[in-house]
Amino acid sequence: MKLKKGIPVIDQGDRLGFWGGKFGGNFVPETLKKPIEDLEIQFNKLKNDKNFIRERDKYFKNWIGTPTRFIKLSNLTKYVGGAQIWSKVVSDANGGAHKIYNATVHCLLAKRSGKKVIIGDTGAGYAGKMLSMAAKKFGLKCKIFMGAKDIKRQQPNVKAMKKNGADVIPVYSGSQTLVDAVSECMRFWVANCDTTAMCVGSTVGPAIFVRICGWSTSQISRELKVQLINEFGEVPKKLKLYNCVGGGSSSFGFWNEFMDYDKKQVEFIGVEAGGPSKSKRHAAPLTYGSKIGILHGAAQYVNQNSDGQIEETESISAGLDYPGISPLHCFLKDVKRARYTAASDEEALKAYRIVTKYENLRPSLEPSHAFSVAIKESKKLSKDTIVIINSCGDAYKDRGILEKKLGKKYVKSN
Amino acid sequence: MLNPISLAFKNAKEEKRPALLTYTVAGDSSKKQSLEILKAISNYADILEVGVPHNTPVADGGQIQTSAYRAIKNGIKMNDIFEIVRDFKKNKNSKPVIFMGYYNMIFQYGENNFLKKCKKSGVNGLIVVDLPWPENKVFSKKCKKNSINFIQLLSPTTSNKRLKSITKDSHEMIYYISMLSTTGGKLKVSPKKILSNYNKIKKISPKKNCVIGFGITEKTISNFKNTDGLVVGSQICKEITRSLNHRQNPVINVSKMVSKLRKKIS
Repeated sequence: MKLKKGIPVIDQGDRLGFWGGKFGGNFVPETLKKPIEDLEIQFNKLKNDKNFIRERDKYFKNWIGTPTRFIKLSNLTKYVGGAQIWSKVVSDANGGAHKIYNATVHCLLAKRSGKKVIIGDTGAGYAGKMLSMAAKKFGLKCKIFMGAKDIKRQQPNVKAMKKNGADVIPVYSGSQTLVDAVSECMRFWVANCDTTAMCVGSTVGPAIFVRICGWSTSQISRELKVQLINEFGEVPKKLKLYNCVGGGSSSFGFWNEFMDYDKKQVEFIGVEAGGPSKSKRHAAPLTYGSKIGILHGAAQYVNQNSDGQIEETESISAGLDYPGISPLHCFLKDVKRARYTAASDEEALKAYRIVTKYENLRPSLEPSHAFSVAIKESKKLSKDTIVIINSCGDAYKDRGILEKKLGKKYVKSN
Repeated sequence: MLNPISLAFKNAKEEKRPALLTYTVAGDSSKKQSLEILKAISNYADILEVGVPHNTPVADGGQIQTSAYRAIKNGIKMNDIFEIVRDFKKNKNSKPVIFMGYYNMIFQYGENNFLKKCKKSGVNGLIVVDLPWPENKVFSKKCKKNSINFIQLLSPTTSNKRLKSITKDSHEMIYYISMLSTTGGKLKVSPKKILSNYNKIKKISPKKNCVIGFGITEKTISNFKNTDGLVVGSQICKEITRSLNHRQNPVINVSKMVSKLRKKIS
């Protein structure tokens, strides 16, 4: 298994959509073969179409607002006392998270193929919120599938979706979280694929959805590369990119442009959700050595029992609370391009407290996982090392949880 | 000699009726009860589809999901499911058994081990919902080597070109999904349209036994008398749930239902 240089990772899958010969693929019911093939043909054509790219960039710039900020966290750097700590504030994007890129691209594709309805899954509610925003912008009807447990714990985003005119459909099966929302969304697509477009909210699902999402979020690293060169005159010699990993959409997008650099120069660190420190349950299949299995149409490392039943996960962060992981990250792990580790619920909360104490930045619980590991590791790193954390979501959606766990003073009013 | 599945179709044809295929979930609501259900409906059905429950089913509607979650919650494991089939096959009156499930269960068991175990316990065929053509080419060949029917699925979205390739690679039986739906959906397409697609498949592949599934119930089944076979699943699973909720015996109720279904196509 080898990572090829000069070819985008999203295009390194084989004829059947497998990365490294074993991750990804299309484990889907026969009914979905045709709509998936149609989407593949459309995407393969449009991703090289200058007009389409111009259109995408226009919406990215004027509507999403690019580039998002790249800032030095001077107080945090001083407090930690090691590497220089920076952040790419992707939560600046319209809607407050990276999910807007994928949602926008899917709506553009749906519009071009003449579909009138778009459906999507959501965990933390960001993918759903962004899809509802984009659907409204492009005049598409929108349905969002969301686990009943997540609806309860991510109310601000649920309200936003409804305000944008989307139907939020609660999913009561299984663990009532993201995994069940994705299943239900796929089931709905099976029954309505002739009239409806589907957006998978992360770099998961059948291969084409992994590719479209990775292509869309790569905007993050495209911007960052320019910002690095503006700031340092070059891509720094010692660069470490920390990102939380649930499905893997923000981390893949944060790393993609730097894929061909030697990992000694640009290291990728993915931080999974370790769950409550006292619980055996987690959402960290790469860190804790889960076996390869099939989930939502793709082969990947996934939490499961010996029979192949998918196991329930546990994490304070709804956005990371997923038993599987993108085939792209399975591939990057096995070719050793990226390193994966986990942070517990408690560690993420602690990091949130530290970051908000020293900086005017409010990372949501998902990137707080990445901050936790970055802070820990930065202490031991030299001063000329540049550590960047992708602050890919804003904590506004987590105010209920944060208030409960940390008390009112950590939740700013807005 | 004909394999048991083809023989079942032949017998039904001699009686000038479609074969009746039932679908029940292994271990619903318990290992013992699901075996009893199989034994009871075996009097009326020609081929028994046995659902291998999975907890992230991407093509099943509410009724089958309920059955599957119930079975998993009551602790059913892959090896129990093989035992159910083995015990069922000890009956004189047993019928051919087809497993229907999702690929991860096979993948975790190991393809070769799984097939060995199928053969040993008497499983005659496999339907793997999320292993479409051409991804299933290698596995379906393995099945053939082990004298197990790998049943290809076709749907209204299957293009003509695909249809030809899939039927060419199929074994003795093919499964036509009547409409765009998960299992248990209401029949939203006219029987006439479904039959016209069915006839298209038969024209391309006249010798293969083609069954129709999805949306087939007591109400709709008699529209499809001139076919090779018909599958009823969700309605049976729903009846099990209803019986349990009313503290009635699902074995008796399901058996009655299957007997009625059989009468409607005889």
